[in-house]
Amino acid sequence: MIELEQVGYSYGGAELFGDVSLQLAPGSFHFLTGPSGAGKTTFLRLLYGALSPTSGRVRIFDTDLAALDRDGLARMRRRIGVVHQDCQFLDHLPLIDNLALPLTVSGRDVAAEADNLAELMHWVGLSSRAEALPPELSGGERQRAALARAIIMSPDVIIADEPTGNVDWDMSQRLLQLLIELNRMGKTVVMASHDLALIRATKSKIQARVLRISKRRLTTAGADL
Amino acid sequence: MKVTDLRALVLGDAQADRVVPPTGFTARLTLFASGAMAFLAVFAMALSMASGRLATRWSEELARSATVRISAPDDQMAAQTDLTLRLLRQTPGVQSARAFTDEEQAALLLPWFGPDLPIDTLPVPRLIEVIETAEGFDAAGLRLRLQAEVPGAVLDDHTRWRRPLVVAADRLRLLGWISILLIGGAMAAMITLAANSALAANRQVIEVLRLVGAQDGYIARAFVRRFTLRGLIGAAAGVAAGLLGIFFLPSVSDEGGFLTGLGFSGAGWLWPLVIPPLAAVVACLATGFAARRTLRSLS
Repeated sequence: MIELEQVGYSYGGAELFGDVSLQLAPGSFHFLTGPSGAGKTTFLRLLYGALSPTSGRVRIFDTDLAALDRDGLARMRRRIGVVHQDCQFLDHLPLIDNLALPLTVSGRDVAAEADNLAELMHWVGLSSRAEALPPELSGGERQRAALARAIIMSPDVIIADEPTGNVDWDMSQRLLQLLIELNRMGKTVVMASHDLALIRATKSKIQARVLRISKRRLTTAGADL
Repeated sequence: MKVTDLRALVLGDAQADRVVPPTGFTARLTLFASGAMAFLAVFAMALSMASGRLATRWSEELARSATVRISAPDDQMAAQTDLTLRLLRQTPGVQSARAFTDEEQAALLLPWFGPDLPIDTLPVPRLIEVIETAEGFDAAGLRLRLQAEVPGAVLDDHTRWRRPLVVAADRLRLLGWISILLIGGAMAAMITLAANSALAANRQVIEVLRLVGAQDGYIARAFVRRFTLRGLIGAAAGVAAGLLGIFFLPSVSDEGGFLTGLGFSGAGWLWPLVIPPLAAVVACLATGFAARRTLRSLS
């Protein structure tokens, strides 16, 4: 589904990481960890085509990213749900319209998807906040809203960059549980987190691979986690 | 721009229209710029059209007439006048020739000398009005004949002072149209700046839209449509104000000369109505250019 072949990325002449080869199978769950500044966010951005590798190839859904133009990348991105730590929204639109944005930009009839939207908002516990503007939401609500927006198009892959970074332990557990449920529905999940306790706690619930970026290399963590 | 993009731009999409925040100083700047430019364009257009009318009138009214002026002693004046008239009537290209009466000459001099001056005591030359046929006469040849046969007669075919006036009016008309082009260019520049500013201010909006899979065409359309509508509305207001200004100018009078002739006549009043659609096209192209450049730079 997502395949990296000897991928390297340099920024400002400095190599962030190099010679990374990896395959993410459909329905798998991956944690990505590593120290701050190691390149976790950059690595995730490579996975959904927001960045192009400086060497090697990234293939997503059997398509070489280098072969796609900007519109092709945009279409491909609709099959990947992305949750950022800072959860960007359109602050002038109510939450319900923000969640419907992926439908709007892909030309789908939002009115016809009203039931799905309502169900999704109920699933992430935001039914009562449909008309709230994003600046009125708490950190946890924003994270759940970002997750709901990421999956409204029923993507095959969900990429979450530190989704629990700004919330307390209970909310972290709740968000993680939502990601686990999505994984059980067959979605591939890649989640970056520096919270090893959270990763350890989750590994006891599902079969997850832990990837670690450190010293410009990507390795698979084992018992040393 | 693809046909589907153009269709989406014209028809619009209520949901897509909402993704760009509706307010901000760029909205007011675009409205003001397009309104002010349209207002100026109306006056430039009025100037250009009035100049055109003036040039045509001067050309048509003066082109087919000439004057022969006879300066001779009193006792020879009548003979020279008769000789000149006979000569003129024999000249190919002359439709008619007629000597001004004493009363007509006095009327011509009245504005300068007043009613009380005894003009008949002054050595006033006799004037002969010459009307040409459509083909016209050979002015150089006629001058030579007059010089030879009536030494006191001088032909003035008005060319000397008519041509610079017509040229000046034509130039004024050209300047009017150049002004309209410059106004369009300045408006495009201002809207491009406003669009650039709006795109920069809405960088987060663009990032969010890209994150959820929006294509560049969709993002650009959202901005282009917004700015096109602002350009259209601002220009419509500017044109309305400009037309009112022209409408309330003093009506045409001989005393006012060119100034009171500034304006539109007949179907000419419809010409300013093309300004708002043109302003919308300028706004559309300027914003499209700015949006494409910004989106490329954000890749």
